[in-house]
Amino acid sequence: MEVQQFYYDNKIVKKFLYATMFWGIVGMSVGLLLAFMFLFPNLTDGISWLSFGRLRPLHTNAVIFAFVGNAIFAGVYYSTQRLLKARMFSDGLSNFNFWGWQAIIFAAAITLPLGYTTSKEYAELEWPIDLAIAVVWVAFGWNLIGTMLKRRQRHLYVAIWFYLATFVTVAVLHIFNSLAIPVSALKSYSVYAGVQDALVQWWYGHNAVAFFLTTPFLGLMYYFVPKAANRPIYSYRLSIVHFWSLIFIYIWAGPHHLLYSALPEWAQNLGVAFSIMLIAPSWGGMINGLLTLRGAWDKVRTDATLKFMVVAITGYGMATFEGPMLSLKNVNAIAHFSDWIIAHVHVGALAWNGFLTFGMIYWLVPRMCKTELYSKGLANFHFWIGTLGIILYALPMYVAGFTQALMWKEFNPDGTLAYGNFLETVNEIIPMYWMRAIGGSLYIVGAIVMIYNVVSTIKKGSAVEDELAEAAALTKVSKRRTSGETFHTWLERKPVQLSILATIAILIGGIIQIVPTILVKSNIPTISSVKPYTPLELEGRDLYIREGCVGCHSQMIRPFRSEVERYGEYAKAGEFIYDHPFLWGSKRTGPDLLRVGGKYSDNWHLNHMYDPQSTSSGSIMPAYQWLIKNEHKRDDINGKMRAMVALGVPYTEEEVANAKQLMDAQALKIEKNLYSDPDFAKVYEADKKDAEANGERFVPMRDREIVALIAYLQRLGTDIKIKGKTETISQNR
Amino acid sequence: MLKFAKNYMESIEGIATYPMISLLIFFVFFVLLFWWVLSASKEHIKEVSEIPLEEDNNQNNPLL
Repeated sequence: MEVQQFYYDNKIVKKFLYATMFWGIVGMSVGLLLAFMFLFPNLTDGISWLSFGRLRPLHTNAVIFAFVGNAIFAGVYYSTQRLLKARMFSDGLSNFNFWGWQAIIFAAAITLPLGYTTSKEYAELEWPIDLAIAVVWVAFGWNLIGTMLKRRQRHLYVAIWFYLATFVTVAVLHIFNSLAIPVSALKSYSVYAGVQDALVQWWYGHNAVAFFLTTPFLGLMYYFVPKAANRPIYSYRLSIVHFWSLIFIYIWAGPHHLLYSALPEWAQNLGVAFSIMLIAPSWGGMINGLLTLRGAWDKVRTDATLKFMVVAITGYGMATFEGPMLSLKNVNAIAHFSDWIIAHVHVGALAWNGFLTFGMIYWLVPRMCKTELYSKGLANFHFWIGTLGIILYALPMYVAGFTQALMWKEFNPDGTLAYGNFLETVNEIIPMYWMRAIGGSLYIVGAIVMIYNVVSTIKKGSAVEDELAEAAALTKVSKRRTSGETFHTWLERKPVQLSILATIAILIGGIIQIVPTILVKSNIPTISSVKPYTPLELEGRDLYIREGCVGCHSQMIRPFRSEVERYGEYAKAGEFIYDHPFLWGSKRTGPDLLRVGGKYSDNWHLNHMYDPQSTSSGSIMPAYQWLIKNEHKRDDINGKMRAMVALGVPYTEEEVANAKQLMDAQALKIEKNLYSDPDFAKVYEADKKDAEANGERFVPMRDREIVALIAYLQRLGTDIKIKGKTETISQNR
Repeated sequence: MLKFAKNYMESIEGIATYPMISLLIFFVFFVLLFWWVLSASKEHIKEVSEIPLEEDNNQNNPLL
């Protein structure tokens, strides 16, 4: 047999490792800043691009796609080459993957703080960046599959299957969820509306967790845990079952994010059933990982890499037990919209993704530099401070979640809400937010110590950029060898067929859920009184999207007595048919806004945006003073309305043509309303005189952003509120 | 709420076969899966599960 010599590309792995450490610190620091904004809401007062609503998507995107994303690529590029006994298919594609991905992250770090967002969670990036993601992702897949085709190892190890499923599924999810009509270079509207948009978004959102934060990391677990423990995986048979059942079942579970919402009940129940089933494959995988250490537990006492991996796998087990529990409707009724969910995701992110990444870094760096880790003591310190950080982060958030649920749902004997003011709950959990911020700080300190340790290790060693290896080339499989071969053994050496089957497995769930909701459009009960937004309201809605209001305020009143009592009539599917995109939200740091229209005066909204604490004592909402000063845009409103028409929103030709006049008329009305407050009139007139005296340009109130936002807020939920309540309810039951 | 879900279902033709089809897909899927897994030979499983450890004998990993 001919033995070939070749080189593993370590350089690309090194680049991705540096990137994951750099972006990890960035993403976590933004998270920490956000944690402190719960305690000091006006920490970044007046700086629009550092406001909470715009930074929240930056934090989630940076941690998911930059920190975890680069860690995935680093681990995949390292292990794939060795598992397949081949250098990556193309150095050009590897580098394109690296630089393209960093460019996308950079674009995200610029556009998100500037307010360019689609508002769909974990898919906030606007359409040009979405296109770039698709191109870079395809390059990654091409490189991966190309390497499989030129491999020197006949059988594809289970880790490779997980990488393959990741590539295929993320591509499908990303494309379908990002479908949108562009209105300008950095603004687009989702092609789906309301209920359909919600279903597609959470089919994506849940599977972003499944196929970006889970499957690639399971692949890494199946490679790096055996490496670090120096023994094969506990049960390879279990890993086959784990793989197929996980990818087959995961894709169905998305609707558990929409329980008790206006999503059709059949879709909700389907989501619940599959979420419960998910325990089996998830725990199978966890047990497989942990039992690999059977007989090697003594190593865990001394080896920092294994310590990190054990806590990572334990965190995976905890999060995947909690997930199905949270999908039960009665548990979800308590947990949804509360800080419990924040605890849940951070157990996943900090323990599973974070610690597995750290373990991988501590294992890889010394090997790639042909030396030993600079300091085992510092690695152990990182482990303990990180673990303490996770506990201090998660536990208070659980307490906060329970407190919220209990207080939100508490009734007095006379049938009124015991804590009618939302702020009573907020003030009660401030100490929990303090502890969370401390826990997060500890975690970051650990990560910084790791970077120091890694840099010192690299300085001390000598980097091996192209690692020499040798292996025999694959020969043709003879007939004699394959006779009696079972189907799966055959499949394990056929990358293309394996990809196709994995795609089929993930498509079944997607199709069965999504297609009926999209196609059976006529079945979303239309409510005759629900009309499209006026041009000014549409512009206001875009401002609501730009500022990321959806990060803290839901627009989804669930059919519970406590919610109907607090917020008003529960949400109906038919109310959202013109909402491109939907804005139901997933967290209530502040109250629900679905029925906020008409609840307060226009002046209240203006004062509240200028200084939230002046209207709501003890509020932790930051001020949005730039909304009150800046002029709102009118030049692209016709384009926006035309895009809406293309999506089926029934604006007439006349409305589109007269959009600017319509805006002006409605804005003027709001300006007049504002004048009814003598304090406003006094301050406003003084401002005007001031500007005139100084020769500055003065923007009349009716042209400012706040007026458009007030128009939108005052419209919210009023379509079925104005006329006979009973009539509208009977149409929808 | 329930009526709402029912409306959805009623308008799909031949809806009654859906649950049966789903059950069959699942049943067949998992039967095949377990058949593959259980029928794999012991030597093969051992060989494949040791793939990640193979290059440890490599001269480039002096520390292991």
